Amino acid sequence: MTGILSLTTFAPLLGVAAILMLRVFGKGDEARASNAARWIALATTLATLALSVLIVASFDRGQTGFQFTEDSPWFSGLHYHMGVDGISVLFVLLTAFLMPICIVASWKSIETRVIEYMIAFLVLESLVIGVFCALDLLVFYMFFEGQLIPMFLIIGIWGGKNRVYAAFKFFLYTLLGSVLMLAAILYMISVAHTSDIVALTNYHFEAGTQTWLWLAFFASFAVKMPMWPVHTWLPDAHVEAPTAGSVILAGILLKMGGYGFMRFSLPMFPLASAQFSPLIFALSVIAIVYTSLVAFRQTDMKKLIAYSSVAHMGFVTLGIFSGNLQGEQGALFQMLSHGVISGALFLCVGVVYDRIHTREIAFYGGVVNRMPIYAAVFMLFTMGNVGLPGTSGFVGEILTLTGTYGASTWPAIIASSGVILSAVYALSLYRRVVFGQLTNPALATIADMDSREILIFVPLIIATLVLGFQPGLVFQVTNASTAHLVDAFRAATGR
Amino acid sequence: MSPQLIVTVLVFAPLLGALVAGLFGKKIGDIPAMAVTTGLLFVACALAWLTFTSLIWGAWPGHFTVALAPFIDVGAFQSAWSIRIDTLSAVMLVVVTSVSALVHLYSWGYMADDPGRARFFAYLSLFTFAMLALVTAADFMQLFFGWEGVGLASYLLIGFWHHKDTANAASIKAFVVNRVGDAGFALGIMTVFWAFGTIRFAEIFPQVASHVHVAWSFAGHDFKLVDLACCLLFIGAMGKSAQFFLHTWLPDAMEGPTPVSALIHAATMVTAGVYMVCLLSPLFEYAPVAKEVVTIVGAVTALFAATVGLAQNDIKRVVAYSTCSQLGYMFFAAGVGAYPAAMFHLFTHAFFKALLFLGAGAVIHAVHHEQDMRKMGGLWKVLPLTYAVMLIGTISITGVGLPGLDLGFSGFFSKDAIINAAYVAGRTDGISNFAFIAGLIAAGLTSFYSWRLIFMTFHGRAKWDHSHAAAHDDHVHDDAHAHAADDHAAHGDDHGHGHGGTPHEAPWPMRGPLLLLALGAIAAGGVFAEVFVGPERLAFWRGAIFTLAGNHILDSFEHLPPAVVWAPLTVTALGFAVAWYVYVLREGMGARIAARKGILWSFLYNKWYFDELYDVIFVRGAKILGDLFWKVGDKALIDGLGPDGVSQVSMVVGKATARAQTGYVYHYAFVMLLGIAGLLSFALWAFTR
Repeated sequence: MTGILSLTTFAPLLGVAAILMLRVFGKGDEARASNAARWIALATTLATLALSVLIVASFDRGQTGFQFTEDSPWFSGLHYHMGVDGISVLFVLLTAFLMPICIVASWKSIETRVIEYMIAFLVLESLVIGVFCALDLLVFYMFFEGQLIPMFLIIGIWGGKNRVYAAFKFFLYTLLGSVLMLAAILYMISVAHTSDIVALTNYHFEAGTQTWLWLAFFASFAVKMPMWPVHTWLPDAHVEAPTAGSVILAGILLKMGGYGFMRFSLPMFPLASAQFSPLIFALSVIAIVYTSLVAFRQTDMKKLIAYSSVAHMGFVTLGIFSGNLQGEQGALFQMLSHGVISGALFLCVGVVYDRIHTREIAFYGGVVNRMPIYAAVFMLFTMGNVGLPGTSGFVGEILTLTGTYGASTWPAIIASSGVILSAVYALSLYRRVVFGQLTNPALATIADMDSREILIFVPLIIATLVLGFQPGLVFQVTNASTAHLVDAFRAATGR
Repeated sequence: MSPQLIVTVLVFAPLLGALVAGLFGKKIGDIPAMAVTTGLLFVACALAWLTFTSLIWGAWPGHFTVALAPFIDVGAFQSAWSIRIDTLSAVMLVVVTSVSALVHLYSWGYMADDPGRARFFAYLSLFTFAMLALVTAADFMQLFFGWEGVGLASYLLIGFWHHKDTANAASIKAFVVNRVGDAGFALGIMTVFWAFGTIRFAEIFPQVASHVHVAWSFAGHDFKLVDLACCLLFIGAMGKSAQFFLHTWLPDAMEGPTPVSALIHAATMVTAGVYMVCLLSPLFEYAPVAKEVVTIVGAVTALFAATVGLAQNDIKRVVAYSTCSQLGYMFFAAGVGAYPAAMFHLFTHAFFKALLFLGAGAVIHAVHHEQDMRKMGGLWKVLPLTYAVMLIGTISITGVGLPGLDLGFSGFFSKDAIINAAYVAGRTDGISNFAFIAGLIAAGLTSFYSWRLIFMTFHGRAKWDHSHAAAHDDHVHDDAHAHAADDHAAHGDDHGHGHGGTPHEAPWPMRGPLLLLALGAIAAGGVFAEVFVGPERLAFWRGAIFTLAGNHILDSFEHLPPAVVWAPLTVTALGFAVAWYVYVLREGMGARIAARKGILWSFLYNKWYFDELYDVIFVRGAKILGDLFWKVGDKALIDGLGPDGVSQVSMVVGKATARAQTGYVYHYAFVMLLGIAGLLSFALWAFTR
C-alpha cells in the first residue's frame, strides 16, 4: 500500500481544488457556493477518514519500525520520506476523526466567508497529517510550521472580538520556539549530514551537543503542549477561536508537542532527556496544580476548559519523561483521549454559545430544565475530563501517574492532587451552567440539541466509552513502537 | 445454569436495568422503567442468595473467577474485567442486592410523585452495578472502577433534586472529598504495582510474606513497603467510608432522597472501605503499623461521630452520624485483626441501618418532608407500624441481648464481637485497648442518641400539628428564593402528595421493605453468628480472609471476664436511662440544654467545627491561590514580562514603522509566510553547502 500516506495527507487538498474549481466556474451565487463548499469539505474529510481507517486497519501491530514508507529524492539532497509507526499512526486517525466533526459543527455557526473557512480547514488537515507522517526533518518542519498559517487565519478571521490580540500572542510564542528549533535542525543536519529522521534517531549525538539540541526542541514543543509557564497563549487563542477552531487546537495541535517529545527529544537526545527530566517533572506538576486552580476561578467557559487542557497536558509530559512503558503508553493514550474529550467539551460550549452568544458562566444556570439531552452529554464529557474510570480520561491519567511514580515518587504525589482539583473545577462548571433553577429569562426558550448536534456527539461519546472500557484497542497498535522507544531510551541512559 | 453464568447474569442485570431506564425511560414511560429496574434487581437478589448458599453449603467451589474481557494491559500493568467469587464477595453480593432490591421497591412509594422517577431508578440500578463490579474485582483497576463508579452514582443521587442549591453543593462535596481519598488509594495501587510487579490480587498476595522487610522510598523517606502501601490504600477507605478527617461529606449527603441515604450512605457504598481492608487482609496482616493506623482512625471515628450525633436535630443527620460511628467500629475491628467481626457487623448493620433510614423516610414522608425532630413528637399513635420497626432498628443498633444466653437482636452479636475482640487484642497492645474503651463509650452514646431520636420523634407532645403550616410556608418561601440555604430542612421536594394534614402510614411498597428489614435486624445476627465469627467460621470463609498464624483473637472469647462481657449491655442501658430521663421524664429538658448554647453543646452541634475549618483552609485557600496564580502569575508576570511586554517594547522602538502595522490579519499572515519561506531557503542553502 505504498502511497497511501501521501494520498491521505494530500486528499484534503483535492477537496480544496474542487472548491476552488467550483468557485471559478460557478455562477457566482454566494449561498449555493457556500453550501457546496460545506458538502465538498465534508465529503473530503470523510474520505480522508476512510483512508486513515484503512491505514490503521492494515497496520502491522507487531512491527516496531515505520510502515507504509515512501522515500523519493526531492531536490538538493532532500528526501520526501513518509511513514508511520505505532506512535504516529493513531494521531493520523485522530485528526481524520475530528475533522468531519468540525465541518459539521461549523455547518450553521459559520456564515461569513464559508468557502475560505472550509479551505482553511482542509489545508490545515493536510498539513497536520503531514506532521505525523513526515520522516524527514525538514519536511516535518515545513508541515509543523505551515499548519500555523491556517490556524492563525481561522482565529484571526472567524474569531471573536479580541482575535487580533489572541492571534498575535499565538504567533509570538510559537515563533520563539520555531526559530530555536530551526537552528537546532540546521545544526543536526550539518553534523550528521542527513535530515532523515530514521537515520538521525540512530545517530548518537554527543552528550554536550544533546543538551543544546534538546533545549532548542524543548522551546518549540513546550510552547505547543503548552507547558507552564509558556501556556498563556492558549486560553486567549481558545476564547477567540470559533468552536471548530478550538476543537482542532485542543484536539490535535496541542498533541504535536507531545508527539515531538516522543519522536525527537526522547529517542534522539536520550541523555539530555534523562538529564532534564527533573525540569520537566517540575514544570508538569506546577502546570497541573497551578492551572487547575486557575481553571477553578474562571468565569468564561472556554477559558476554564483551556486551562484544564494545560493541566491534562501536564500528565502527558510527566508520562513521556518517566521513560517507562506505562508512562509512554499512558501519555500517548492521554493525548488521544484528551483529543476526543476536550474537543467534545469545546463543542458542548459551542452548543449553548450558538444559541445565546455568550460564554459567561454566570449567565447560565438551570439549563437542564430545558436541555436534558445536552445535560446528559455534557455530564459524560465532564466525567471524562475528571478522569472517571469507564471513560478514556481515566486510563491515560492512571498510567501516566503510575509511570511517573516509577521514575520518581514526589511528582506522582503532587500530580495526584490533580485528580482532586479536576473534580473541583469541572463539577463546579457543570453545576453553575447546567444545574440549579432556570432564573435567567434569556434562557427560558433555549432549545435542546437538534439532530445535527446529536450526530456530532455520537462518535465522540462512542470513542470516549469504548476507549474507556477497552483501552487495549489503542495499546495493541502502540505497544511495539513504545516498547522499542523505552528499550532504546533505557539502553542509552543505562536506567 | 453454571455458576459462571449465574454470577455474570447477577452482575449485569442491574446494568441492563439502568440502561433501559436511563436511555429509554422517556419513551417507555415511568412505570415500565421502574418495573424493569426493580424486577431485574430482584432477579439479581435471588441469584445472589443462590450464590451465597451454594458457596457456603459447598455446592460450588469455594472460590472462582470469571474472566470477561481485558481492561488495561500495558506491560506488567495488567487488569481484566472479571467476576471474582468467594465467601467475602458473596456476602457483599447478598448485602448489596438485598438492600438495593428493597430500596427499589420502597422508592415506588417514596418517589411516587417525583417527575424524575425513571432517572432515579436508573441511577439506583447504575449504583448497584458499580457496587457489584467493586466487590467482584480480581485486580486493583476494576476495584478502582467500581470504587469511583459508586462515587459517580452517589454524586448523581445526592444531587438528584438538582434545583436545590444545597443538594448540588453536597453532591460536589461528596465527590471531591472522596477524590481526596481516591488520590491516596491510587498512590497505594502504584506502590503495590512497582513493588510486586502486578496489580492482580491473586498474584500479589502470595508475594507479601517475602516482602515484609523490604524498605521503600516514598517522598524522600524510607518506609516499610507493606505498611506504606496499606496506609495509602486505607486513605481511599477513609474517604469512601467517611472516616475521621474525610467524614464531612456524609452528613451533607443526606440532601439526597432518603432511599438513597439508606442504600448508598448506610448499607452499601460506605462499607466499601471496610470490605477493601478485609479483602486486602493478606496485605494488612503483614502491616502492623498500618493496622494501628486503621485501629486509631476507626476508634476515633466511632467516638467522634457518636458525640456529634448527640446534638443533631435533623432526623437523617442523626442516623448519618450513627452510620459514621458504626463504620468506625468495623474499621477498628479490622485494625485489631478481627476481620470476620468487621464483616459481620457490616452484614448486620446493613439491615438495621437501612431499616432506620427507611423508617426515617417513612416518618419524613408522613410529615410532609419535615426532617427536624423538634417539629415531630407523639407520632407513635399515628404511625404505629413505623414506630414498631424503628424500635426494632434501635434495639438492634444499640446491641440489646443477653451475653450468657446468646440471645439478642442482630446488632448485639456483631457489636459485642467487635468490642470483645478489641479487649482481647488490648491485653497486649495499648492501641487496641484504646479502641476497646472508645468502643464502649461510643456504645453508650449510641444508645443515648438512638433513643433520643425515638423519643423526640414518636413520644411526647405532638408538635407537627402546628408546625405543619409553618413547613409549608417555608416551602413557598424556598421556591421563591431558590438559594435559601437551610441546613436542616429539605422543603423543596414536596411535590404535593395529595393528602391531608394528619400524618399517615406509608403505602405498602414502603411497608414491605420495612418489615423485611426488620426481620433482618432481629434475626440476621443470631442466625449467622456461628458462621461469621463463631467456631464454624473457617469452613465458612474458606480462606477468603487471611489471618496470620498467631492471630487467635476470635478463639479467645470463651475466657473473657464477666465485667467485659456485660459492659456493653450496661453502657447501653445507661444511655437509654439518660435519654429517657432527658427526653421523656423531663420533656423539654433537652430543648433547654440546647437553648443555653453552652460551649460543649455548640461544639457538638457544629460537628467539632470541621466544616468551618475546611472551608477556611481548603475552599478559600483554593480560591485565593487560584486568583493569585491567574491575576498575578499569568496576567501580571508571565504576560506582562512575556508577550505584552515584548509588544510594548516593540511599540516604542517601532513607532517609525508603525504604518506597517495595518491591523489586517492577512497582512500578518503574509509576513509570516514570507518569514517561513525565508527560513526554509536558508535551511536549504545551509543543507546543500
